[in-house]
Amino acid sequence: MGLLFHIGRYFAFMGSALRRPQRARVFFQSTLVELEAIGVQSVGIVALLSLFMGAVIAIQTAHQVSGWIPAYTVGFTVRQTMILEFAPTIIPVILSGKVGSNIASQIGTMQVTEQIDALEVMGVRSISYLVLPKLFAALLIFPFLVVISMVLGIGAGAWVCNTADLSSFADYKYGIQMDFSAFDVTYALIKTCVFSLIITSVSAYHGFYTAGGAREVGRSSTKAVVYSVVIVMVANLVITQLLLT
Amino acid sequence: MIRVQGVGKSFGEKKVLHGIDAAFDAGAVNFIIGRSGSGKSVLTKCMVGLLEVDGGTVHFGSDDFTAMRFKEREVVRRRIGMLFQGGALFDSMTVLENVEFPLRMFSEMGADERMERAMECLRRVELEGAEHRFPAEISGGMQKRVALARAIVGRPKYLFCDEPNSGLDPQTAIVIDNLIRDLTQEYGTTTVVISHDMNSVIEIGDNIHFLHNGRVAWCGDRSEILNSGVEVLDSFVYASDLMRDIRSKLQGK
Repeated sequence: MGLLFHIGRYFAFMGSALRRPQRARVFFQSTLVELEAIGVQSVGIVALLSLFMGAVIAIQTAHQVSGWIPAYTVGFTVRQTMILEFAPTIIPVILSGKVGSNIASQIGTMQVTEQIDALEVMGVRSISYLVLPKLFAALLIFPFLVVISMVLGIGAGAWVCNTADLSSFADYKYGIQMDFSAFDVTYALIKTCVFSLIITSVSAYHGFYTAGGAREVGRSSTKAVVYSVVIVMVANLVITQLLLT
Repeated sequence: MIRVQGVGKSFGEKKVLHGIDAAFDAGAVNFIIGRSGSGKSVLTKCMVGLLEVDGGTVHFGSDDFTAMRFKEREVVRRRIGMLFQGGALFDSMTVLENVEFPLRMFSEMGADERMERAMECLRRVELEGAEHRFPAEISGGMQKRVALARAIVGRPKYLFCDEPNSGLDPQTAIVIDNLIRDLTQEYGTTTVVISHDMNSVIEIGDNIHFLHNGRVAWCGDRSEILNSGVEVLDSFVYASDLMRDIRSKLQGK
């Protein structure tokens, strides 16, 4: 019953969040602020993780490659791993820890300090005002972050292969071009868009229904991350099954 | 004016408000007083629609707020200003942005006009010079005054103040009280103040409603409250040594 209650309330919450903004100008200004908070401030962590992951995947694959397995497998494996799974799934999961907890704690704090009541009393549709810019900003910026992650991961793989002499650049380049399907990128970006909505909406939901004080804000923040990650994983399975089979 | 008729509210098994009837006059400072847990805040939240009533009606002028749909309520709410107990200032905005916010959302004013009006309200609450500071950088008393400036920036018809003096020193409390009284008279607002503070009640209370166990136990003005003859009100009013001392002196006269 608890699960059904939350599912019902979540969809009602989303219904309120997706209402037309009361003031277009305020909405666009808030969206710009959120683009900065969700996107620009996440570029560093996304770049760092992608560089290291691309390099590590290249080293691990090169370590396995011997005998009859061709050297271009390194480039191929790095490309496939980065495009199909690391960038579109693991990066959003990591961002749910950063962005999701931030959203939940921000909205949760507003709830327990009556800031949301203040919005309501003024006649502001608080859910739409607070959540829609975040959803919109995440939907716009997550794909960019994921593409940055793909490019940097594959680039880091090339760099480590070259500097550690794991495979020649020509082999690596051949590997990343071999059997390339543009649909893989489309699939990755579709996943990313869905995950961005899940992470922001689930986190905002947990933040909005915070009741109590500082401890409950912390709990909401934790729940936001846990539920976001679990739902992202389930959605990942469903989308992959739908699009790749 | 605001009229509350037969308003009841329960939380699960616990009945907090038992059919409250009250009228709050325009151009007057109306107080709701009572002990902690008497239902003051719940009544106020029911009046502004933050809580749904179980029964009864709340009329703002001739508009039945409780019967309105969400969209219709939004229109009434734009005529309401509310000062929350903790200020409820938006912590990501500066003082000026906080005060300007209702105008940014609902007025057709240009940026210059909005800023001018916001600065006018900040001057009214004696906070000129603090406009670029964030709520976390100013004192509790200043936060209350910013919240009051935000509440009046849209020239509301109805002003609600939840414990405006809690946590303030006596001098700042008097400043806030005088502001509330002056603004009420100046704008002709229907002001509803929830308070425990007997100094404020006696200082600026035009109409006073005393709540006890979710019922209006007494209603009158400040000249009557000291001699109400209602036992539960007397024990509330004369709870402190200072007030008992004042009573003895009055009786001595």
